[in-house]
Amino acid sequence: MVHALRNTLSKHAMWLILLFILAISIVPAVGAQDMEPIKVGILHSLSGTMSISEVTVKDSTLMAIEEINAAGGVMGRMIEPIIEDGASDWPTFAEKAQKLLLEDQVAVVFGCWTSASRKAVKPVFEENNGLLFYPVQYEGLEQSPNIFYTGATTNQQIVPAVEYLLEEGMTKMFLLGSDYVFPRTSNTIIKAQLAASGGETVGEEYVPLGGTEFSTIIEKIRAASPDVIFNTLNGDSNVAFFKQYKDAGFTAETLPTMSVSIAEEEVQAIGVEYLLDHLVAWNYYETVDSPENEAFVAAFQAAYGADRVTSDPMEAGYFGVYLWKAAVEAAGSTEVDAVRAAAGGIEFAAPEGLVTVDGDNQHTFKIVRIGKVREDGLIDTIWSTDGPVKPDPYLCTYEWAAELPKPEEGCPAPASS
Amino acid sequence: MEVVLSQIFNGLSLGSILLLAALGLAFSFGLMKVINMAHGEFIMVGAYVTYFFQMFLAPAVLGENGAKEGWFFILSIPAAFLITGALGYVLEMTLIRRLYGLPLDTLLATWGIGLMLQQIARSYDSRNVPVTSPDWLSGGLWVSETLSLPYKRLFIIGLVILCIIGIYFYLYRSSQGRRTRAVMQNREIASALGVATRRVDVLTFALGAGLAGIAGSALTLLGQIGPQLGTGYIVDAFMVVVLGGVGSLPGTVIAAFTIGLFNTFLEMSTTATLGKVLVFVLIIAFLQWRPNGLMALRSRT
Repeated sequence: MVHALRNTLSKHAMWLILLFILAISIVPAVGAQDMEPIKVGILHSLSGTMSISEVTVKDSTLMAIEEINAAGGVMGRMIEPIIEDGASDWPTFAEKAQKLLLEDQVAVVFGCWTSASRKAVKPVFEENNGLLFYPVQYEGLEQSPNIFYTGATTNQQIVPAVEYLLEEGMTKMFLLGSDYVFPRTSNTIIKAQLAASGGETVGEEYVPLGGTEFSTIIEKIRAASPDVIFNTLNGDSNVAFFKQYKDAGFTAETLPTMSVSIAEEEVQAIGVEYLLDHLVAWNYYETVDSPENEAFVAAFQAAYGADRVTSDPMEAGYFGVYLWKAAVEAAGSTEVDAVRAAAGGIEFAAPEGLVTVDGDNQHTFKIVRIGKVREDGLIDTIWSTDGPVKPDPYLCTYEWAAELPKPEEGCPAPASS
Repeated sequence: MEVVLSQIFNGLSLGSILLLAALGLAFSFGLMKVINMAHGEFIMVGAYVTYFFQMFLAPAVLGENGAKEGWFFILSIPAAFLITGALGYVLEMTLIRRLYGLPLDTLLATWGIGLMLQQIARSYDSRNVPVTSPDWLSGGLWVSETLSLPYKRLFIIGLVILCIIGIYFYLYRSSQGRRTRAVMQNREIASALGVATRRVDVLTFALGAGLAGIAGSALTLLGQIGPQLGTGYIVDAFMVVVLGGVGSLPGTVIAAFTIGLFNTFLEMSTTATLGKVLVFVLIIAFLQWRPNGLMALRSRT
């Protein structure tokens, strides 16, 4: 008898438990329609010649997403990253961008490093009205309504770097780059700038992306006897070049180089002994002295290991997520048009300093810093602008750049400031 | 004058790199007529052997600066030869032997093997990785005020000379080499005279693979290595073998240095990309004129 009673009781209890489970599983499902996670894409080369650089940006972008999720997400919704490998191959980038936009229906994509990959995905984002946050310095002369540029444009990196070299008395420049759109366009700009400001281009050479044979180019450099090499090589060609450069007897003292695609991460990969005292131009270094940067570096090393370094594109990839979050919250929606309309003037206290989205061209205001590689592989700032520089992707404010392409709608009227 | 001298050196250096990459192919493609598309991946495997020796074994055994001392780098060269050689041996025994006389099938099958090897490397680490070079190979030999010959390049030239001497003694001074040449010249007669042709096939293919492994070790001195290292060299390697004349080892040697010298001098007077294009054009024109290459033993067709 007792036994039977216990049996029925436990049956009741079981039903109750079942009902309870059902209830709690239904309730969130009903109310959660707009609490679903927001899908975002991350599109970088995780393999191939560009992986030396791009894997790190993926890491810092993921870190920003995790931080935001830990703090409650975007408008209360979690962010769910979908990672795709562009494989250092531009058609693959376009294919993966299409997949992220159409199949996964992501709200935004954080990604690309080389301009060739950005140019490959640009039509995909424009046709499907997607949104791309691009974290790397580039050659300017572009302004897509579907791209936000969180890295430097030319007037925030290359143009001031050339000005710095000229001021230091290094007027004879040898231009060396990888053979694709970024180095070629950058060098067109540098040549125009040098011609207008009394400098001289004594050589201009390109190697295929990923190329490792530099002996003849080093010979040409020796024959041209420049004051400085302006280096726009990308990917692991840099490793080969700097090794062969040193083996040929050159040092930063005998012939310095100014690089715009070598940051802390690349210094580690190339080897500090090859890069000691060479110059670089960026907006951020791991050594930047600010509480935001201290927290950023500490968080990154806690997540990925104490031996890891932080660099400019990583930082731009990181704060790009925060800028997007702020724009979404200002717009109250993840709709691309709404986010774009709300983005102008959005600010974020980034590790490099305060960054602001320029509503006119979707670039960001950034401080320019010239740096020198030191013995531990980090980079010291040896010169910087007083405050964030307004982005000018088409170099409208420079007289010598009049011959360069201008936007279809023409240059904006000179700012009153 | 000095520029010319240093360009001659650079040409010889590029030629030695090309020759190292092509030597193995001169065996598998040149002697055996196997269109071995996996040759580039054998080079890649050799490079990874050196990577493991330098980045893992050396620090583990000799301490933190073990890789810079370079003992393991030297050791890794014969190791790369043996390991990729063994890989070639296994591949010949399992796959290639079934495909003799079917050039298109070999091409596709070895290409597939190449893709698989690349993917294995990619799943280990998809990024390109650096290999620490021995300290005594950094810097260069100063011949005059402005002319320095980098030790790494001198080392590669020395290595390729050693390989050629080794191959010469194997092919022309050993009984195994005599059998190899006999089989390659006339398989039926050699077989009728009692030469074990199967054994010759598998050893020749393994030797070709092993030479690719040595090339891979040497390439770690020049830049980073990665899963796709071989794809950058496979076209050059075929070009060298075809230009030299398929089946002719002296032809391969001459072709490699010719291409190296032409490439550096054309690059000097034009640009890196255009120089390479011109070299291609010249080779195509030359092969139109002499389809059998510099030193022809038999036709390509």
